[in-house]
Amino acid sequence: MKDSGRSAARMGSQVLQLMQNTGHAMFMLLEAIYFTRYVFSKRSRGETLVQLYITGIKSLAVITVVAMFTGMILALQTGLELRRYGQEVYIGSAVAVSMIREMGPFMTGLIIAASVGSAIAAQIGTMTVSEEIAALEVMSINPNRFLVMPRLVALVVMMPILTVYTNILGIFGGGVVGATQLGVSMQAYMDNATQFATNKDLYVGLLKAAIFGAVIATVACHQGFMTTEGAVGVGKATRRSVIISFLVILVLGYMITRMFYI
Amino acid sequence: MIRFENVTKKLGGKTVLNDISFEVGEGETFVIVGLSGAGKSVTLKHMIRLMVPNSGNVVIDGETINGLSRAALREVRTKFGVLFQSSALLQWMSVIDNIALPLREHTRMGEEEILQKVDEKLRMLNLGDAGDKFPADLSGGMQKRVGLARAIIMNPKIVLYDEPTSGLDPVTSRRIDDLIVGMRKELGITSVVVTHDLHSALAIGSRIMMLHKGHIVENATPEEFIRSKDETVQSFLEAQYITKKGKWEKVGHE
Repeated sequence: MKDSGRSAARMGSQVLQLMQNTGHAMFMLLEAIYFTRYVFSKRSRGETLVQLYITGIKSLAVITVVAMFTGMILALQTGLELRRYGQEVYIGSAVAVSMIREMGPFMTGLIIAASVGSAIAAQIGTMTVSEEIAALEVMSINPNRFLVMPRLVALVVMMPILTVYTNILGIFGGGVVGATQLGVSMQAYMDNATQFATNKDLYVGLLKAAIFGAVIATVACHQGFMTTEGAVGVGKATRRSVIISFLVILVLGYMITRMFYI
Repeated sequence: MIRFENVTKKLGGKTVLNDISFEVGEGETFVIVGLSGAGKSVTLKHMIRLMVPNSGNVVIDGETINGLSRAALREVRTKFGVLFQSSALLQWMSVIDNIALPLREHTRMGEEEILQKVDEKLRMLNLGDAGDKFPADLSGGMQKRVGLARAIIMNPKIVLYDEPTSGLDPVTSRRIDDLIVGMRKELGITSVVVTHDLHSALAIGSRIMMLHKGHIVENATPEEFIRSKDETVQSFLEAQYITKKGKWEKVGHE
């Protein structure tokens, strides 16, 4: 009886902690959104440009590889199945629709959460344990304006752009597999792809990408600010940032698809 | 100038500050000493509301800061400069950018004027050729001096020093002590220094307060402090080879 009481108390405290953390994260996000009005100000635009560069340009290499292979795997898997029914020409639509609706934003989100999100959590976490965040507060520099807002803007702007890049490369990769492995010419593949993918698919995919960008920035910055316990804590914050971002991206991806397609 | 009124702070169920009251006057160099975990840094953090007491008041220039709005707190914080234990320099910024940061954030000064002010502080703290370096390229002593330059760039009335000499060699520590005394003599700055280096405390302090297990066990001038009858103070003095005969030297006090 005592044990069950203790378990219930522990669970209650964990739920409370979760709600408190979510509240902090939401407050931080809302304040950062409020501060976006200063994005072009002299004191913020430099940091925003740096973050745009880190998120966009520095992630291009890994995104290129992952996007190409995602499209190639999709084409190969669906193509092999469709070939059993002599319908391999439809791999164009299968790959294009999957990439634009789901795989593009999803894969880009995972890559950015693992590369950029983890780096943000580690940087802000290190700043927290080395008292740099406290120093900013004492200098009356709001960390949500100084650190969170530029990262939020960079991720929300760059995620859709990177997703378009992922989509193009993924569809192209699928076309290469179609042409070389499945006997579907690039022309036929592209005709089929453009026939079935709609504008709505593109808009919903890009909306997802922007929301995923906001999720990654919020989770990574919040985990960074919550860091304790020195270097060990920075490691934990980085890991938590990636895991939480992955989970939220998965759940939100499902919910957005459900909202627009059912 | 700074007044603690019956301040109690609990962290993780442990009482770190237990109903403490004291006052720091204008122009003083007030040193807080004590063993690790005695509550020294927690006391310092209450002065700039990085922490809020569970009970009691922290009063700065007659204004209780516990429940101040953000805007009002910002106003109060402009009175302070803080040298953190780790220097807390932003690692991705050069020395010049670190020192210039408060000016760029809070003033409408042109870049030329900002760089001129930064240059003044660099010269004042013997950092003339370090401006373009990054914090990671500097020694511990230089990082502390850059931290101090940033702390005083907005001409604060009060500077808080959290373990300013920890991790530094004796010569560099002495140089930092000289700087702290210089701040008071040349700029009239009120200083609050947290340290467990008693030699430094006795050399620079106009008053020394010792915290032990969340209580104030002594609050006296260096001369009185060294002759304190409190056992904790005496064992702390003995642990640092300081006797009642006063085997220490003052810096910058006439």
